[in-house]
Amino acid sequence: MEQKYIPKSSLKAWLAKVKDGGKQIYAPVTEGGKTSFRRVKSVDDISMEHVQTAQSAKGVAFPRTEKLFSYAMQPGGVALQDYDSANIPHTVVFGLHPCDAAAFKPLSGIFGWDTGDKPFGERMQRVTLVSLSCSKCDELCFCTSVDGSPGSAVGSDILLTAVGSEGYLVEIVTDRGRALTEPHAALFEAAPDVNKEELLAHVPVRFSVGAVERSLAGAFESDVWKQQSARCLGCGACAFVCPACACFDIQENPKGSASGDRIRCWDSCGFSLFTLHTSGHNPRSVQSQRWRQRLLHKFSYMPRRLSVRGCTGCGRCSRACPVDMNLWEHLSELENLKN
Amino acid sequence: MSDNIYLPYLVTIEKITQEAPGVRTLRLKFNDEALARSFEFKAGQFGEYSAFGEGESTFCIASSPTRKGYIECTFREAGRVTSALAKLEEGQTMGFRGPYGNTFPLDEWRGKNLLFVAGGIALPPMRCVIWNALDTRGSFGDVSILYGAKTVADLVYKHELKEWDERPDVRLVTTVDPGGETPEWKGEVGFVPAVLEKMNPSAENTIAIVCGPPVMIKFTFPVLDKLGFAPENIYTTLENRMKCGVGKCGRCNVGDKYVCKDGPVFSRAQLEALPAEF
Repeated sequence: MEQKYIPKSSLKAWLAKVKDGGKQIYAPVTEGGKTSFRRVKSVDDISMEHVQTAQSAKGVAFPRTEKLFSYAMQPGGVALQDYDSANIPHTVVFGLHPCDAAAFKPLSGIFGWDTGDKPFGERMQRVTLVSLSCSKCDELCFCTSVDGSPGSAVGSDILLTAVGSEGYLVEIVTDRGRALTEPHAALFEAAPDVNKEELLAHVPVRFSVGAVERSLAGAFESDVWKQQSARCLGCGACAFVCPACACFDIQENPKGSASGDRIRCWDSCGFSLFTLHTSGHNPRSVQSQRWRQRLLHKFSYMPRRLSVRGCTGCGRCSRACPVDMNLWEHLSELENLKN
Repeated sequence: MSDNIYLPYLVTIEKITQEAPGVRTLRLKFNDEALARSFEFKAGQFGEYSAFGEGESTFCIASSPTRKGYIECTFREAGRVTSALAKLEEGQTMGFRGPYGNTFPLDEWRGKNLLFVAGGIALPPMRCVIWNALDTRGSFGDVSILYGAKTVADLVYKHELKEWDERPDVRLVTTVDPGGETPEWKGEVGFVPAVLEKMNPSAENTIAIVCGPPVMIKFTFPVLDKLGFAPENIYTTLENRMKCGVGKCGRCNVGDKYVCKDGPVFSRAQLEALPAEF
């Protein structure tokens, strides 16, 4: 892997040139005390001091709402206007952590298997991920328990790692990453001789994911789901902040009675209406069944069907949870589950 | 053709049949002539039907793949989308995505007897298989159909029931729940499982296809056990809620099986291996 160094003083100049070159920058911006990914107007708005953004970066490829096509009633019929990829911007996601970069793999697994998914695929084709290693973490992070690390380059096109306070080690992982650095080579310097591991946060391994996944294989009927989810509100916040959750709803967004859009929007398996039949029957009628679905989907069904886990250990679900459900603690309980 | 899996085909309603109170069948023709000729599906598959302005609803294709040039769906007016679909008139345009899902393994059933057991609005997914079998009648042994509904008025496909009843190569038994009969009713009175037991069909070389409300299925399986049907020879369809139909939206799974991709057709043996999540 090619390595470079960029002084902090050149970083914004580089991003400004990338932006001037026609790419949008999607990066952490702090507004009202909350840091989330936004399309930035000025690179000066980018925030880099957070442990974790409130929202993940997944919206760049899987927006919270997205038009799938439009319809218009006409005399004698209906006219459809297909999804148009022409206006999807080329976007550089900057400053996402390795857990968020890694999450594009499970997302691609879900959207890409079997038939593929044009809206997701078209967006992913136009995305370059410039990630930032974690120099700090908190007690809810657990990337190292799910095969990640604060300095993992998996999923990234470029990975930056802060070297002191003056600059960044630049690891150029893919051709897409190289296309972003080569035209601006003058801004980069030779990589310093540093031990990258020493520059990273220490995220303790909280549980053995292999043991958890073995345990889950026979856990469907376990009482643990009721115990763990007794306080769950079913608010769905965990899914909305998750970088790897992909469940969605398809809805109509009418513009008057004669035309409108068919849209998809984020949804959550935690909601009681998610699986409700029109007849009133609900296969997951209580919260413990929905909590079970959430964990089994991520740690059992996805690994089995798509060969990828639906969790990268970012800890956002635990930070967002209004009743303090801590995902890695719950997973640790499952590790020792006696079926 | 679009590579956007969410873009429906436009279809025109050729014919509407009021089957029962609140239940209608729409015969749909693809607006695109080439597609109308080339469209193929197999018995058991389903689709997403669009009422533009309201959204999509999931139903099986109720017509047989042997009947070319159109597809049919039968649905009960129950929610927002089905109410909108029920307001559409002949000649109007709606949308269809599909065909999705797996199929009844009719090829494997060649030479076998077929026993259909259906309740209420669950006859439509079976009607597709029934006509498929009857249109290729020589491929199968005896064909028996047991169909029950709450009341005489609730029986769907009344004209076709008459047609099946008159065919010498079909054994049809119809029943209504106690209290649902009319003075003219000549069929059975009783719940489907009890009538099935009375029918006493032979399990030998026979496939049972069972579709109905969960309570009917629950009480029909033990009767089939008693009659000697092995779990591998009993088939049904699951109807979990769906949005995408293509294994992405995350709703319809039962354990790690997606009803939209691995189903909707399951043998009872397959169902027994699944967690109780349907």
